[in-house]
Amino acid sequence: MNDMRIAERTVGTNAAKISARGVQVYYGETHALKDVDVDILDRTVTAFIGPSGCGKSTFLRCLNRMNDTVAIARVEGTILLDGQDIYDKRIDPVQLRAKVGMVFQKPNPFPKSIYDNVAYGPKIHGLTRNKGELDEIVESSLRKAALWNEVKGRLNDPGTGLSGGQQQRLCIARAVATSPEVLLMDEPCSALDPIATAQVEELIDELRENYAVVIVTHSMQQAARVSQRTAFFHLGNLVEYGETGQIFTNPKDTRTESYITGRIG
Amino acid sequence: MFPQAADWVRSMTTFAFALLFLASVAGYLLNLRAARQLQGSGARLHSLAGFHGGFSFLVVLVPGFIVLILWLLLQGAVINALVLRSLPPGTTDGLDPGAVQLIVAEIRQIAGGRIFGTPEQWKIDAAARLTALRDTSATLMVVVVGVMSAVLLILSRMRVSPDFRARQGTEAIVNGLMIFCSTVAIFTTIGIIASLVVETWRFFGMVPWYDFLFGLRWEPQMPIRADQIAAVGAFGWVPVFVGTLVITVVAMTVAVPVGLFSAIYLNEFASPRFRAVAKPLLEILAGVPTVVYGFFAVLVIAPALRDFGVWSGLPIASNTALAAGSVTGVMLIPFISSFADDTLSAVPRALRDGALALGATRGETVITVLFPAAIPGIVGGILLAVSRAIGETMIVVMAAGLIAKLTINPLDSVTTVTVQIVTLLIGDTAFDSPKTLAAFALGLMLFVVTLGINVLALRIVRKYREIYD
Repeated sequence: MNDMRIAERTVGTNAAKISARGVQVYYGETHALKDVDVDILDRTVTAFIGPSGCGKSTFLRCLNRMNDTVAIARVEGTILLDGQDIYDKRIDPVQLRAKVGMVFQKPNPFPKSIYDNVAYGPKIHGLTRNKGELDEIVESSLRKAALWNEVKGRLNDPGTGLSGGQQQRLCIARAVATSPEVLLMDEPCSALDPIATAQVEELIDELRENYAVVIVTHSMQQAARVSQRTAFFHLGNLVEYGETGQIFTNPKDTRTESYITGRIG
Repeated sequence: MFPQAADWVRSMTTFAFALLFLASVAGYLLNLRAARQLQGSGARLHSLAGFHGGFSFLVVLVPGFIVLILWLLLQGAVINALVLRSLPPGTTDGLDPGAVQLIVAEIRQIAGGRIFGTPEQWKIDAAARLTALRDTSATLMVVVVGVMSAVLLILSRMRVSPDFRARQGTEAIVNGLMIFCSTVAIFTTIGIIASLVVETWRFFGMVPWYDFLFGLRWEPQMPIRADQIAAVGAFGWVPVFVGTLVITVVAMTVAVPVGLFSAIYLNEFASPRFRAVAKPLLEILAGVPTVVYGFFAVLVIAPALRDFGVWSGLPIASNTALAAGSVTGVMLIPFISSFADDTLSAVPRALRDGALALGATRGETVITVLFPAAIPGIVGGILLAVSRAIGETMIVVMAAGLIAKLTINPLDSVTTVTVQIVTLLIGDTAFDSPKTLAAFALGLMLFVVTLGINVLALRIVRKYREIYD
């Protein structure tokens, strides 16, 4: 792992944005996630790593209640966002998802124009009062996603016509446009080529200035490159969670060490 | 004596088919065994033993089957011709073909044992000859099939050798059979179109095409005899077609919203338990025969509308376009609903998740993301439903009117193209009168219109389908 340069470990704050306690997830009879305790820091990139089926994506989808859309899924335990239980009955998942944005594994632009893709969130949440404000949000979001220069001349072209890497950055711009506080990314680079991956990784590092970013990844190099904190999941358990440099160079648990050195997973 | 002969013919026909089948199976077993023996003696066969058997099976079965079918189809005509020629000289002189047909039919009746009155002696003789010829034909058929099967059996048995490409041979025969089956549908379609076009051509020989296409009056009453007092017919199809359109519009007004909303509800909002009950029920609706819908229109909807008209003072006819059209619409609900359901389900889950993750509600997701993505499929489905509504016959025959009135008022009585075709062809018809031939012209127009809509629908579905994959 020669390219595993460890990113600078300057963590923005030490305030916990999200804190999960005793989270259990069941898919029907399957106990997919067992007793997970985690504190996710604000203005920090947190990486979830682990072999396929270990529950890392499941946990990610708990954080914006996307598991609600799966009929057989059942979540127990508490997850606090800024001290507020997001599974509380009074919390509207729709409003929660406006605060906790998500980027998926496969780029999924809507079959609309580039402009309408980015303007989608602001429109449905009524964030703007006029076209001018909306234009500004679209431009600033596309700039944050490092896509503005490539698409500024063809904002009315369909978003599905872009290349894979551009589509993924469009999806990031779309998520950023609702000004979320937390950005969840589920293997955002797994469908991208190395150049597009590098662009997205650079973007993730920049997004850290404003958001708490949680990224699920299969690539340990990627986790090492972009994250400040890393959590290792195995068979539905959170095995180890800590500072990225420590996890990769000096893991406390033997399972973590085996995974990082390539013996399991 | 005559009925026994019929039994003989029937049993010989059964026997011929059984013989053919047995010979084919025998061919299969013979070649299979021969191929196995070759294998046993150490030869490397090009094809598996089973293919040698299959080759022989098909080589015996297919030609024999074709000969049998052709024989059964053609023997009647040949026997009739032979019987006619053996009649006493001069019997059929000066008779038109119809009268000759009648004589043949009477002879066949006598041969079948159904004798009415006292037929002339020459007819009874002819019937006896007919029976004898039938017996001979049946016996000959069995002999021909038997000999042919035996020859083919031997020929295919001689082909068995290590080098023989039995697999390719078998596949070529099966290939030929498949080509034949697929062309049957094509040639049937061509035949239907050709007959429509030919009869329509004859119609336009009697009624000018511009009178038909642009005429505003449809009164297809023609004098059947020269001295009969009747109106000279008017064959303008516009009022009939407008009636069809009125009923179609009413039907789609019912079917499109109900079908779409039920599909959206079932796909996006319904609990799995509700869906498990509602979807099969909706599909039962699709299985109801149209004649039952016709009852419903005539016995429930039409009287209800009439009562409403009496109560409210609105002028509502007894055979309203509204009754026929709305019931046709009910018939189309499951059609549109299942089409829309399929296209909505085909929208990738990623798009749904993407919208939900941005904080869209389910309703917003449906309206802003799923619906636009599914619109080509939905439009295609609606167009196919339109062409079904235009071609719908049974409901409108029962519930719509017969008088062609040029109106777009759904509370009035209108008639449709299909209703007119049915009424023109019911009862005594003469196939050289424009009254009857008009049905073919209407049929051709109906065919052209629905074909156009179907082509348009398929193009829309195909053109926009790839984009979201």
